[in-house]
Amino acid sequence: MRNVYIVGVGQTPVGEHWDRGLRELGASAVRDAMADARVERAGALYVGNMMGGCLNGQENVATLLADAAGLLPIEAWKVEAACASGGAAVRAAALAVGSGAHDVAIAVGVEKMTDGMPETVTAGLATAADQDFEASHGLSFVALSALLMRRYMHETGCSREAFAPFAVNAHANGVTNAKAMFREEITAEEFTRSPIVASPIGILDAAPVCDGAAAVVVCSDDALRGHHKPVRVAASAVATATIDLASREDILTLAAAATSAAKVYEKARLGPKDIDLFEAHDAFTIITALSLEACGFARRGEALAIAAKGCIGRDGGCVPLSTFGGLKARGHPVGASGAYQIVEAALQLRGEAGANQVPGARRALTQSIGGHGSVAVTHVLES
Amino acid sequence: MDLARYHRLRSAYYRLEGQRCTSCQAIQFPPRTACRICRERSLEPHRLSGRGIVYSHAEVAQAPRGFAAPYVVALVKLEEGLLLTAQLTDVEPEDVVIGLPAEMVTRRLQEHGPHGYLVYGYKFRPVLHRRKAS
Repeated sequence: MRNVYIVGVGQTPVGEHWDRGLRELGASAVRDAMADARVERAGALYVGNMMGGCLNGQENVATLLADAAGLLPIEAWKVEAACASGGAAVRAAALAVGSGAHDVAIAVGVEKMTDGMPETVTAGLATAADQDFEASHGLSFVALSALLMRRYMHETGCSREAFAPFAVNAHANGVTNAKAMFREEITAEEFTRSPIVASPIGILDAAPVCDGAAAVVVCSDDALRGHHKPVRVAASAVATATIDLASREDILTLAAAATSAAKVYEKARLGPKDIDLFEAHDAFTIITALSLEACGFARRGEALAIAAKGCIGRDGGCVPLSTFGGLKARGHPVGASGAYQIVEAALQLRGEAGANQVPGARRALTQSIGGHGSVAVTHVLES
Repeated sequence: MDLARYHRLRSAYYRLEGQRCTSCQAIQFPPRTACRICRERSLEPHRLSGRGIVYSHAEVAQAPRGFAAPYVVALVKLEEGLLLTAQLTDVEPEDVVIGLPAEMVTRRLQEHGPHGYLVYGYKFRPVLHRRKAS
């Protein structure tokens, strides 16, 4: 495989975009990434999107965006891997350039959630679960996370409060991110008192429903230009696990996340100790904990100890997490989140993260997880 | 369409029918084309006991379309050792604890299916009476 570099990034603010739909959000992130890279055209456009069909009544989203962004007749198609769709689109672009099929490719993640009524969005998110053996029995996305969190608390003996540092850290980092949905701090006490959505999950455990799009331009050595500040895609991997929680060997081990992490560590010849920041899939605090364990930052059942030590902030200690607010505070437009993580990691490695900069960051890990750990997309980026 | 879909699921939904692998003897539910453990395709239907204990549980406050909150969902660990996802019924949410003995019953899953018909299937309820050893 050839070297692949991220040379352009673009992102819309995350939030409730009443004046912009799928096409405007996606196309504007694409054009922003192209302007950042100073490229006029690309060989292909890969679009990560989860719910265009069930929420927006729009499939064929890649053609829609290619048209809206003025890129016709570019090769374009949609990549879907539930909440990991955006990460998977970047993986598709990296494969296209790495394989030599294209010298320049664009990946964009986009999701427009706020046009749906709450029960439609809840049902739409549940399409990532097993329809016949989970969703048809009334399991919502939140309920599946609650099953994981309760079991985790039962086995480790930890309290709900012990998960607070993940949400507190994400909100603290969101304050200075102009693109973030939530730009206010929260306290551990507010976290603990927040209303319960599906016990033991409270509203401040969970990432919000929102809209947004993020895009990257990737290219080969041949297409690198002097003005580029290239961030190398050192490794990229996807792995899967059973679509239903119940069939897993151990529900508290996110096997797909662990497998894809092991693959990127091997490919990039490094380990968790070499990672300067981790954009984790913090859709729920329990998923942050399980993700830290799957990626080797903590042993099984010990992720909360890292949180308690207070070393997940930008000034380091263990590993800076969710440096622009993560899914929790930046927001989680599901099919876009994986692309946001990569845009944010690239900004960190370019030293352009402003007030959110992790000092001296050289290697970043990003991990986007779909369907409660049934699919995971993991990247290592290097400056 | 959904009518055919739920008809296809009748063995699993009404009789809790999974599979036994004749190669490695593993039992699995839901049914698959290959064994989850040894990957062989030598599978035969296997009816599960329908008895187990609550392994984890959650109360759903915001229901997806087609369901009426609140209700309790659980992972149930069956006597055979495998986990299964189901709603709990005939129990107050505050009485549900990990380890609670539970058994399968057939109940209405969705009050109105997408086309107005009723979908029935398995739920689990606390074991009412300990069976006498026979």
